[in-house]
Amino acid sequence: MEMTEKATGGYLTSRLNDMIGWARKYSIFQYPFVTACCGMEYMSTACSHYDVDRFGAGLPRFSPRQSDVLFVVGTISHKMAPVLKQIYDQMADPKWVVAFGVCTCTGGFYDNYATVQGIDTVIPVDVYIPGCPPRPENVLDGLIKLQEKIQGQKQEV
Amino acid sequence: MPVPCLFDQNKMPNLHEQLKAKLPEGVLEIHAQHGDETVVLRRANWIDAALFIREDPAFRMNVLMDLTAVDGRDLKWKPRFEVVAHFYSTEHNHRLRLKTPVDEKDAVVPTLTNLWPSANWFEREVWDMFGIRFDGHPDLRRLLMYTEFKGHPLRKDYLWNKRQPLIGPKN
Repeated sequence: MEMTEKATGGYLTSRLNDMIGWARKYSIFQYPFVTACCGMEYMSTACSHYDVDRFGAGLPRFSPRQSDVLFVVGTISHKMAPVLKQIYDQMADPKWVVAFGVCTCTGGFYDNYATVQGIDTVIPVDVYIPGCPPRPENVLDGLIKLQEKIQGQKQEV
Repeated sequence: MPVPCLFDQNKMPNLHEQLKAKLPEGVLEIHAQHGDETVVLRRANWIDAALFIREDPAFRMNVLMDLTAVDGRDLKWKPRFEVVAHFYSTEHNHRLRLKTPVDEKDAVVPTLTNLWPSANWFEREVWDMFGIRFDGHPDLRRLLMYTEFKGHPLRKDYLWNKRQPLIGPKN
Protein backbone atom coordinates (compact mmCIF):
# COMPACT_ATOMS: atom_id res chain seq x y z
CA MET A 1 0.00 0.00 0.00
CA GLU A 2 1.33 3.39 -0.87
CA MET A 3 0.71 6.44 1.21
CA THR A 4 2.56 9.17 -0.61
CA GLU A 5 2.61 12.96 -0.57
CA LYS A 6 -0.65 12.88 -2.45
CA ALA A 7 -2.39 11.87 0.74
CA THR A 8 -2.04 15.40 2.06
CA GLY A 9 -4.71 16.43 -0.36
CA GLY A 10 -7.36 14.70 1.69
CA TYR A 11 -7.42 11.42 -0.17
CA LEU A 12 -5.13 8.48 -0.79
CA THR A 13 -4.90 5.84 -3.42
CA SER A 14 -4.61 2.17 -2.66
CA ARG A 15 -5.89 -1.21 -3.71
CA LEU A 16 -8.87 -2.66 -1.93
CA ASN A 17 -6.96 -5.80 -1.00
CA ASP A 18 -4.17 -3.81 0.67
CA MET A 19 -6.62 -1.52 2.40
CA ILE A 20 -8.54 -4.39 3.97
CA GLY A 21 -5.30 -6.11 4.93
CA TRP A 22 -4.09 -2.92 6.59
CA ALA A 23 -7.33 -2.62 8.53
CA ARG A 24 -7.31 -6.25 9.56
CA LYS A 25 -3.72 -6.46 10.69
CA TYR A 26 -4.11 -3.51 13.05
CA SER A 27 -7.34 -4.68 14.66
CA ILE A 28 -6.53 -8.18 15.79
CA PHE A 29 -9.07 -9.36 18.33
CA GLN A 30 -7.46 -12.33 20.07
CA TYR A 31 -9.01 -15.30 21.71
CA PRO A 32 -6.47 -16.36 24.38
CA PHE A 33 -6.81 -20.13 24.86
CA VAL A 34 -4.58 -20.22 27.93
CA THR A 35 -3.93 -23.59 29.56
CA ALA A 36 -0.52 -23.41 31.22
CA CYS A 37 2.51 -21.42 32.34
CA CYS A 38 2.89 -19.63 28.99
CA GLY A 39 -0.13 -17.63 30.14
CA MET A 40 2.15 -15.64 32.45
CA GLU A 41 4.24 -14.57 29.50
CA TYR A 42 1.10 -13.81 27.53
CA MET A 43 -0.07 -11.50 30.34
CA SER A 44 3.36 -9.93 30.50
CA THR A 45 3.18 -9.18 26.78
CA ALA A 46 -0.31 -7.77 27.10
CA CYS A 47 0.49 -5.45 30.01
CA SER A 48 2.04 -2.02 29.90
CA HIS A 49 5.75 -2.96 29.77
CA TYR A 50 5.44 -4.57 26.37
CA ASP A 51 1.96 -3.34 25.51
CA VAL A 52 0.56 -5.46 22.76
CA ASP A 53 -1.94 -2.67 22.10
CA ARG A 54 0.78 -0.84 20.16
CA PHE A 55 0.21 -3.44 17.45
CA GLY A 56 -3.55 -3.15 17.53
CA ALA A 57 -3.98 -6.44 19.34
CA GLY A 58 -4.90 -5.07 22.74
CA LEU A 59 -8.47 -6.28 22.98
CA PRO A 60 -8.84 -9.93 23.89
CA ARG A 61 -12.33 -11.26 23.32
CA PHE A 62 -13.33 -14.20 25.45
CA SER A 63 -15.81 -15.34 22.86
CA PRO A 64 -14.66 -17.18 19.74
CA ARG A 65 -17.44 -15.62 17.65
CA GLN A 66 -15.98 -12.14 18.11
CA SER A 67 -12.30 -12.91 17.66
CA ASP A 68 -9.94 -13.04 14.71
CA VAL A 69 -6.84 -14.79 16.06
CA LEU A 70 -6.77 -17.86 18.25
CA PHE A 71 -3.77 -17.69 20.60
CA VAL A 72 -3.16 -21.23 21.85
CA VAL A 73 -1.08 -20.59 24.94
CA GLY A 74 0.14 -23.66 26.81
CA THR A 75 0.12 -27.43 26.74
CA ILE A 76 -2.84 -29.11 25.04
CA SER A 77 -3.74 -32.58 26.29
CA HIS A 78 -5.64 -35.15 24.29
CA LYS A 79 -8.57 -34.59 26.60
CA MET A 80 -8.53 -30.87 25.75
CA ALA A 81 -7.98 -31.26 21.98
CA PRO A 82 -11.68 -31.63 21.01
CA VAL A 83 -12.46 -28.46 22.96
CA LEU A 84 -9.75 -26.57 21.08
CA LYS A 85 -11.09 -27.87 17.78
CA GLN A 86 -14.58 -26.75 18.69
CA ILE A 87 -13.38 -23.27 19.65
CA TYR A 88 -11.58 -23.04 16.31
CA ASP A 89 -14.68 -24.15 14.43
CA GLN A 90 -16.79 -21.56 16.23
CA MET A 91 -14.62 -18.65 15.08
CA ALA A 92 -15.86 -16.70 12.10
CA ASP A 93 -13.70 -16.22 9.00
CA PRO A 94 -11.24 -14.68 8.46
CA LYS A 95 -9.35 -16.36 11.28
CA TRP A 96 -5.78 -17.15 12.17
CA VAL A 97 -4.06 -19.34 14.74
CA VAL A 98 -0.90 -18.63 16.70
CA ALA A 99 0.87 -21.51 18.47
CA PHE A 100 2.35 -19.85 21.53
CA GLY A 101 5.18 -21.74 23.22
CA VAL A 102 6.95 -24.95 22.41
CA CYS A 103 4.24 -27.22 23.84
CA THR A 104 1.72 -26.01 21.30
CA CYS A 105 4.31 -26.13 18.49
CA THR A 106 5.55 -29.69 19.02
CA GLY A 107 4.45 -30.96 22.42
CA GLY A 108 7.75 -29.77 23.90
CA PHE A 109 9.27 -32.09 26.44
CA TYR A 110 5.87 -33.61 27.22
CA ASP A 111 6.49 -36.63 25.04
CA ASN A 112 4.00 -38.81 26.89
CA TYR A 113 0.59 -40.45 26.91
CA ALA A 114 -1.35 -37.28 27.69
CA THR A 115 -0.06 -34.49 25.45
CA VAL A 116 -0.89 -33.51 21.87
CA GLN A 117 2.36 -33.46 19.89
CA GLY A 118 1.77 -30.06 18.30
CA ILE A 119 -1.63 -28.44 17.81
CA ASP A 120 -1.10 -28.49 14.05
CA THR A 121 -2.17 -32.14 14.24
CA VAL A 122 -5.61 -30.81 15.22
CA ILE A 123 -6.08 -27.34 13.69
CA PRO A 124 -4.14 -25.33 11.06
CA VAL A 125 -1.51 -22.96 12.48
CA ASP A 126 -0.29 -19.70 10.92
CA VAL A 127 2.54 -18.60 13.23
CA TYR A 128 4.66 -20.68 15.59
CA ILE A 129 6.29 -18.90 18.54
CA PRO A 130 8.83 -21.25 20.13
CA GLY A 131 10.24 -20.84 23.62
CA CYS A 132 9.53 -22.29 27.03
CA PRO A 133 7.96 -19.86 27.63
CA PRO A 134 8.76 -17.34 24.86
CA ARG A 135 10.01 -13.92 25.90
CA PRO A 136 7.60 -11.03 25.24
CA GLU A 137 9.95 -9.76 22.51
CA ASN A 138 9.60 -13.15 20.89
CA VAL A 139 5.82 -12.92 21.11
CA LEU A 140 5.80 -9.47 19.57
CA ASP A 141 8.04 -10.77 16.79
CA GLY A 142 5.52 -13.52 16.15
CA LEU A 143 2.71 -11.00 16.17
CA ILE A 144 4.52 -8.83 13.60
CA LYS A 145 5.06 -11.93 11.46
CA LEU A 146 1.34 -12.59 11.67
CA GLN A 147 0.60 -9.01 10.65
CA GLU A 148 2.88 -9.40 7.65
CA LYS A 149 1.05 -12.56 6.73
CA ILE A 150 -2.36 -10.90 7.07
CA GLN A 151 -1.22 -7.94 5.00
CA GLY A 152 0.21 -10.12 2.28
CA GLN A 153 -2.60 -12.58 1.78
CA LYS A 154 -5.62 -12.34 -0.48
CA GLN A 155 -8.41 -10.80 1.57
CA GLU A 156 -11.62 -12.77 1.52
CA VAL A 157 -14.51 -10.39 2.04
CA MET B 1 30.85 -30.78 61.95
CA PRO B 2 27.80 -33.00 62.19
CA VAL B 3 24.77 -31.95 60.20
CA PRO B 4 22.03 -30.83 62.58
CA CYS B 5 19.02 -33.10 62.46
CA LEU B 6 15.57 -31.55 62.55
CA PHE B 7 14.12 -34.61 64.22
CA ASP B 8 15.17 -35.68 67.68
CA GLN B 9 14.97 -39.46 67.51
CA ASN B 10 14.23 -39.64 71.23
CA LYS B 11 11.29 -37.26 71.00
CA MET B 12 9.56 -38.91 68.05
CA PRO B 13 6.03 -40.05 68.84
CA ASN B 14 6.73 -43.63 67.69
CA LEU B 15 3.32 -43.94 66.15
CA HIS B 16 4.45 -46.87 64.04
CA GLU B 17 5.36 -48.86 67.12
CA GLN B 18 2.10 -47.96 68.82
CA LEU B 19 0.14 -49.10 65.79
CA LYS B 20 2.07 -52.34 65.67
CA ALA B 21 1.29 -52.96 69.34
CA LYS B 22 -2.37 -52.38 68.59
CA LEU B 23 -2.56 -54.57 65.48
CA PRO B 24 0.27 -57.10 65.81
CA GLU B 25 -1.22 -59.59 63.36
CA GLY B 26 -2.06 -56.96 60.73
CA VAL B 27 1.31 -55.22 60.55
CA LEU B 28 3.86 -56.70 58.15
CA GLU B 29 6.68 -54.27 58.75
CA ILE B 30 7.48 -50.94 60.38
CA HIS B 31 10.30 -48.50 59.87
CA ALA B 32 11.14 -44.86 60.50
CA GLN B 33 13.73 -42.62 58.97
CA HIS B 34 14.26 -38.91 59.64
CA GLY B 35 10.83 -38.60 61.17
CA ASP B 36 8.99 -40.53 58.46
CA GLU B 37 7.21 -43.25 60.36
CA THR B 38 5.85 -45.96 58.13
CA VAL B 39 3.65 -48.98 58.73
CA VAL B 40 3.17 -51.70 56.12
CA LEU B 41 -0.17 -53.41 56.63
CA ARG B 42 -2.00 -56.44 55.39
CA ARG B 43 -4.77 -55.42 53.05
CA ALA B 44 -7.34 -57.10 55.31
CA ASN B 45 -6.37 -54.70 58.11
CA TRP B 46 -6.31 -51.55 55.99
CA ILE B 47 -9.64 -50.22 57.27
CA ASP B 48 -9.01 -51.32 60.87
CA ALA B 49 -5.75 -49.41 60.99
CA ALA B 50 -7.24 -46.37 59.27
CA LEU B 51 -10.17 -46.23 61.66
CA PHE B 52 -7.85 -46.65 64.63
CA ILE B 53 -5.46 -43.85 63.68
CA ARG B 54 -8.38 -41.57 62.96
CA GLU B 55 -10.17 -42.13 66.26
CA ASP B 56 -7.45 -42.89 68.80
CA PRO B 57 -6.65 -39.87 71.03
CA ALA B 58 -2.92 -40.46 70.66
CA PHE B 59 -3.15 -40.42 66.84
CA ARG B 60 -6.10 -38.23 65.74
CA MET B 61 -5.15 -38.33 62.06
CA ASN B 62 -7.81 -35.98 60.77
CA VAL B 63 -6.17 -35.18 57.43
CA LEU B 64 -5.55 -37.61 54.59
CA MET B 65 -2.78 -35.73 52.84
CA ASP B 66 -2.18 -38.04 49.93
CA LEU B 67 -3.06 -41.45 48.66
CA THR B 68 -1.20 -42.95 45.75
CA ALA B 69 0.29 -46.19 44.48
CA VAL B 70 3.62 -47.56 43.29
CA ASP B 71 4.16 -50.07 40.50
CA GLY B 72 7.08 -52.31 41.44
CA ARG B 73 7.18 -54.37 38.26
CA ASP B 74 10.71 -53.37 37.35
CA LEU B 75 11.84 -53.86 40.94
CA LYS B 76 10.45 -57.44 40.83
CA TRP B 77 8.09 -56.76 43.69
CA LYS B 78 5.82 -59.58 44.82
CA PRO B 79 3.03 -58.54 45.00
CA ARG B 80 3.47 -56.00 42.28
CA PHE B 81 1.71 -52.87 43.59
CA GLU B 82 1.76 -50.93 46.80
CA VAL B 83 -0.88 -48.42 47.86
CA VAL B 84 0.54 -45.61 49.99
CA ALA B 85 -1.42 -43.18 52.19
CA HIS B 86 -0.04 -40.23 54.12
CA PHE B 87 -1.84 -38.94 57.17
CA TYR B 88 -1.46 -35.80 59.23
CA SER B 89 -2.89 -34.71 62.56
CA THR B 90 -3.60 -31.02 62.97
CA GLU B 91 -4.14 -31.62 66.68
CA HIS B 92 -0.78 -33.25 67.44
CA ASN B 93 1.17 -31.98 64.41
CA HIS B 94 2.47 -35.40 63.53
CA ARG B 95 2.40 -37.62 60.47
CA LEU B 96 2.19 -41.28 59.61
CA ARG B 97 2.47 -43.26 56.40
CA LEU B 98 0.51 -46.43 55.79
CA LYS B 99 1.25 -48.85 52.97
CA THR B 100 -0.31 -52.04 51.79
CA PRO B 101 0.89 -54.45 49.12
CA VAL B 102 -1.60 -55.24 46.35
CA ASP B 103 -1.43 -58.14 43.95
CA GLU B 104 -1.91 -57.60 40.23
CA LYS B 105 -4.44 -60.45 39.91
CA ASP B 106 -6.58 -59.11 42.74
CA ALA B 107 -6.00 -55.35 42.63
CA VAL B 108 -8.72 -54.24 45.02
CA VAL B 109 -8.33 -52.23 48.23
CA PRO B 110 -11.10 -51.17 50.60
CA THR B 111 -12.01 -47.52 50.20
CA LEU B 112 -11.16 -44.80 52.72
CA THR B 113 -13.90 -42.45 51.49
CA ASN B 114 -16.13 -43.20 54.45
CA LEU B 115 -13.42 -42.06 56.86
CA TRP B 116 -11.83 -39.19 54.91
CA PRO B 117 -13.99 -37.73 52.11
CA SER B 118 -10.83 -36.41 50.43
CA ALA B 119 -9.96 -40.00 49.56
CA ASN B 120 -12.57 -39.83 46.81
CA TRP B 121 -10.45 -38.13 44.15
CA PHE B 122 -7.19 -39.73 45.30
CA GLU B 123 -8.68 -43.17 44.83
CA ARG B 124 -10.14 -42.23 41.47
CA GLU B 125 -6.71 -41.07 40.39
CA VAL B 126 -5.11 -44.33 41.54
CA TRP B 127 -7.76 -46.28 39.63
CA ASP B 128 -7.15 -44.15 36.56
CA MET B 129 -3.36 -44.33 36.62
CA PHE B 130 -2.70 -47.81 38.08
CA GLY B 131 -5.93 -49.77 37.64
CA ILE B 132 -6.31 -50.54 41.32
CA ARG B 133 -9.96 -50.71 42.33
CA PHE B 134 -11.33 -49.41 45.62
CA ASP B 135 -14.06 -51.54 47.07
CA GLY B 136 -17.00 -49.46 48.31
CA HIS B 137 -15.99 -46.26 46.50
CA PRO B 138 -19.14 -44.27 45.63
CA ASP B 139 -18.07 -43.12 42.16
CA LEU B 140 -15.02 -44.93 40.80
CA ARG B 141 -14.57 -43.23 37.42
CA ARG B 142 -11.41 -42.02 35.76
CA LEU B 143 -10.26 -38.69 37.17
CA LEU B 144 -7.58 -37.35 34.81
CA MET B 145 -7.86 -39.32 31.59
CA TYR B 146 -10.94 -39.35 29.37
CA THR B 147 -13.57 -42.06 29.41
CA GLU B 148 -12.47 -43.48 26.05
CA PHE B 149 -8.91 -44.06 27.31
CA LYS B 150 -7.84 -47.71 27.40
CA GLY B 151 -5.42 -48.97 30.01
CA HIS B 152 -3.69 -47.32 32.94
CA PRO B 153 -0.80 -45.07 31.91
CA LEU B 154 1.38 -45.19 35.03
CA ARG B 155 1.64 -48.97 34.95
CA LYS B 156 5.12 -49.90 33.85
CA ASP B 157 3.77 -52.09 31.07
CA TYR B 158 2.02 -49.11 29.46
CA LEU B 159 4.40 -47.98 26.71
CA TRP B 160 5.72 -44.49 27.52
CA ASN B 161 5.03 -43.16 24.03
CA LYS B 162 1.70 -44.85 23.41
CA ARG B 163 -0.99 -42.27 22.68
CA GLN B 164 -4.74 -42.52 22.33
CA PRO B 165 -5.89 -39.20 20.87
CA LEU B 166 -9.59 -38.41 20.75
CA ILE B 167 -9.07 -36.47 17.52
CA GLY B 168 -6.13 -36.10 15.18
CA PRO B 169 -3.53 -38.61 14.02
CA LYS B 170 -3.14 -41.79 16.00
CA ASN B 171 0.42 -41.15 17.15
